[in-house]
Parts: sequence; C-alpha cells; structure tokens
Amino acid sequence: MQKRRVATMKRVFADLHLGLNVKDHAATLRMINKAATLGYRLVAVPLAPETHADEIAKLRAVCNEAGIDFASRVDLRPRTQNELMHQLRRLRRKFEAVCVKCENKAVARQAAKDRRVDLLNFPLLDFRKRFFDRAEAELASNSLAALEIDVKPLLVLEGPVRVRLLSSLRREAAIARDFQVPIVVSSGLAKEMLLRKPREMAALAFLFGLDEASALEAVSQSAGAIVKRNREKLSAKFVAPGIRLIKEGKDC
Amino acid sequence: MKRVKRRYLALQVDSDGVPSRKEVMDAVWGAVTRLYGEHGASLTRLALIDYDMEKKTAVIRTSLATLDLVRASLASITSVADREAAVHVLAVSGTIKALHQKTRQQL
Repeated sequence: MQKRRVATMKRVFADLHLGLNVKDHAATLRMINKAATLGYRLVAVPLAPETHADEIAKLRAVCNEAGIDFASRVDLRPRTQNELMHQLRRLRRKFEAVCVKCENKAVARQAAKDRRVDLLNFPLLDFRKRFFDRAEAELASNSLAALEIDVKPLLVLEGPVRVRLLSSLRREAAIARDFQVPIVVSSGLAKEMLLRKPREMAALAFLFGLDEASALEAVSQSAGAIVKRNREKLSAKFVAPGIRLIKEGKDC
Repeated sequence: MKRVKRRYLALQVDSDGVPSRKEVMDAVWGAVTRLYGEHGASLTRLALIDYDMEKKTAVIRTSLATLDLVRASLASITSVADREAAVHVLAVSGTIKALHQKTRQQL
C-alpha cells in the first residue's frame, strides 16, 4: 500500500513591530535574543526615515546571529494626503515594510487605497481617530494594506479603557474579516518582560474575536507575506508584478 | 451528567524573584477575573496541580470549554506578587502523563 505523505508546513512566526531604540545596542540585542527564544523567526523594527543602509545591515547581522530574519520598517505620520504621497515616493524603495499611522480620516482613506502602503495603524487610545470602518476596509481590500493591531495596550491597560479598546478592536476585526483585509497582530513592545510567545499573541487576539486559525495567521503568514512581496519588489530582478528578470547577457 | 473534559497546561513563570505557589495562583485568578469577571472565572474550574519553585514551572488544570479564555488570561499577566513577570504556556494536554512527555520534548 502506498504511504500517504503528509506535508507539514512549519509556521514562520513574525513580529513586525518591535518597539526598539536601535541606538541602545545592549537593549536591542537582548530584545532580539528574547524574540528568538520565544519562537519568532522574523522581526521588524520601526526605523527613522533617514536611517542609513549600513545601520540596517548591522541590525540584520545582529538578527541573523540570533537566528532570525530582519525586515526594515518605517512608520509614517503624515498630516495631509499630499504629505503621505511625498513620503511614500521618498521612502517606499528604502524599506521592506511601510506603516502609516492614520491621524486623520483623509490620510486614512488615502493610505488604504495606496498600493505602496503595507500596514494601517490607528491611535490606540483616541477612539474617535480609529477610522477603520466599512469604507476604509473596502478601500484596503482593493489594495494591499493590512490592518495592524498592537497588543501592547492590552497588556499595559486595565479597567474601562481596556474594555473600550477591546470593543473597538472586536468591531474592526469583524469588519476586516467581512472585507477580507488581512490582520497583522504585532507586539509594539519595548520591554523584554512584556514580550509574548506567538501562540500567546494569538491567544490575546481571541479577546477581540479572532478564532485560532485567523489569530495564528495574523502572527505568521499575514506578516510574512508583506515582507516576501516587498523583498521581491525591491530586488534588482523585479520588472513588474509577475515579471522578473531571469537571465541577461549576450547569449539570451 | 455529562463528563467535563479537562486540559492540563504546563506553565513557565518568567520573573526576577521566586514567587510562591499562592502568588502564582493569585496572579492567574486575578487575570481571569479581570478579563472575564467572577462568573467567567467560575466556569474555568481552574486548579493548581503542581508547582516547582526551583524551575518556576507549574501545572494547572482547566475545562476544555474555557481553554481559550484561560490562555488569553495567562498571556495578559504582567506581574506576579507586584514584581514584573510573564507566564508562558509550555504545553497543553488532556492528561498529565502526555503533558510531561510534551514538556520533556520541548526542553
């Protein structure tokens, strides 16, 4: 009898928002080692827009030493749509993940429909500025943007504020699911002791209504897909979506 | 009466000090109560089975129906006995024997 081969795919867990101060090398090293110990295989750290390629390479080397992959990320905080477009033109090709912190509705809408934006992040405690409604989700579903949810406030807040936040997050997660907008669950943490294992992050996502499969996807595939897509686009061999340079030279 | 299915969780307490058995359970109960209230906590049927102070590992029991709820509560613990701490889940199993096997495999 022929044996059935069962393909087992090991999940690559990712945290796309480690809130590190990269100038503090000792703390950075500790956090990266801790993330590796907890089971992450890909981390991203928000960097300043003017960060030099050498600094990114150094961070990548530190992560590789710890056995994890590193992705460069930039957080944009534009005040207007034009400012957002300008920043995207300037920075898109420098970073592997671009997150837009949406402080007003016009910026949120523009970010949701722009295919250069990877992550949409909303102020966690200013509930009037959480613009992820059905219109925003519809725009995001037609582009490539994912909704990023940081678990940091779920760990540090207590009482009515956390209750209200959970209520907002549950509504937003339901909208994202309806419009098939990917959700990325990140830590947003800067303290070692607050870092959680990927499966614990998924357990926290249960609090805002994600089932186990969606929650695990939010800490693995959703984040990994963003980095993979952008690395392909940033590679020298990329021509257009679906077209890449295989070989060049006189013998072609 | 329908038999209640149980799950055993192996936990690792990550903290600077060495918390006592009572302090660990107080932190777990506190987290469950904060997130789900007294009614929710009463449904979990939480019980501490074993605690190794040296290794700072614990085994707790809960009902299968409230496993997700307990896991979320454990992940939300940030302090044990007023000291910064984290409680990590090492393994989950339906029997203590299988739990120990899983934990040994991990270590």
